[in-house]
Amino acid sequence: VTTPVLDCRGRRCPQPILELARHIGAVEVGGTITIEADDPAAGPDIAAWCRMRGHELVEQTLAEDGTPSFLVRRRG
Amino acid sequence: VATYLDSATAAPVRPEAIAALTAASEDGWADPKRLYTAGRRARLLLEAARESVAEAIGARPDEVSFAPSGVQALHAAVLGTVRANQRRGAGLVHSAVEHSAVLQAARAHAAGGGHTTSIRVDRLGRVDPEAFVAAARAPDVAAAALQAANHEVGTLQPVAAVADQLGDVPLIVDVTAVLGHVDLPGGWSVLAADARAWGGPAGVGVLAVRTGVRWQSPYPADDGSSERLPGPLAVPPIVAAAAALRAAKDTEPFEAARLSALVERIRSVVAATVPDVEVVGDPAVRVPHIVTFSCLYADGEALLSGLDRRGFAVSSGSSCTSSTLTPSHVLVAMGALTSGNVRVSLSHATSEAEVDEFLAVLPGVVADVRAELGAAGL
Repeated sequence: VTTPVLDCRGRRCPQPILELARHIGAVEVGGTITIEADDPAAGPDIAAWCRMRGHELVEQTLAEDGTPSFLVRRRG
Repeated sequence: VATYLDSATAAPVRPEAIAALTAASEDGWADPKRLYTAGRRARLLLEAARESVAEAIGARPDEVSFAPSGVQALHAAVLGTVRANQRRGAGLVHSAVEHSAVLQAARAHAAGGGHTTSIRVDRLGRVDPEAFVAAARAPDVAAAALQAANHEVGTLQPVAAVADQLGDVPLIVDVTAVLGHVDLPGGWSVLAADARAWGGPAGVGVLAVRTGVRWQSPYPADDGSSERLPGPLAVPPIVAAAAALRAAKDTEPFEAARLSALVERIRSVVAATVPDVEVVGDPAVRVPHIVTFSCLYADGEALLSGLDRRGFAVSSGSSCTSSTLTPSHVLVAMGALTSGNVRVSLSHATSEAEVDEFLAVLPGVVADVRAELGAAGL
């Protein structure tokens, strides 16, 4: 199973977490989804969204172009 | 009629301050350093204001100085303390949630060759006193800065507990969010505040330095002045700020109880009537008049303009409402949701009916913003 990637470059918060919310339902429980977002609020907001929705922020890395990339695991 | 709920930025100017401003503009416009009659009159008004502010903060009059704003008082407090304590070291320790004026002064200190340590806060926005003290008592620390309460989320900081364990490390305390609302914590070495926060006019900051604490002006000298900060003092606004502070202190316990109950109502009603909302900050160990919450799937700027269209003035720590498009460093440090953020802050001028009107309107405004973003049902 491949991890889908959401490209949210250039999109202002709260659009990145809206995209996550729209796509998390298509991920199997225990599966992962990656979101690439460069808004300065994306890091704290994705972490807060995972906490509020009971999902797991597995790691934050950088995409090849330096854009922050967030790996999220669906829980429940 | 607009309902003003942004008193943590600037409270409506109290009637006592307006009366004092008018009177002092007629009698106290001259330079208080001059020895002729008009100058001496201004000097008398200035010194009476200084004594009044000193009494309110539990200081001696000669420990109190006035700055042109709260921001400049904070800059002077930080830079003047680290400068005068260079023999202790080059370090400055501060909480991660200090006012941006403190963080900018810390950056200036670092750019000048000093170093800084930021102490993290918990989910409620509070520093751990032991971690703060351990960092502040490390070798090579010139001074430490800890706010009395956070200006965005209202959480009180453990200033007294920190001061008890700090030894001879000078402690800079920003009291802007508490002065005129609740008792000040003891143990400060250098204090700063903004008169706008207690219903004084804009353009008056307070800087106080305890006798025996080393502090040296970071600015060029001002010939002929015996003040800590350079430049002529604006006597009429200072007199008005002191009058406002007296009025605030006169009603402090009553107003603290009244506003704290209104904030408690906002905290519980918002959590019950707005879906997917996170009320931020300590629910109990807080100032009486500040409450902050973040709405999932909403954008702070749209919330602010939606509320403004309905006649409510609030502020926001969301990135879209800042000129730099970065989210509030306070919310980030707490790990709180930064989008859809609203800060409500009350004052002597806020009525119960205004709070209830706000609470009645808010759920619809949030729902409209979410519908606009296509977030309904998420």
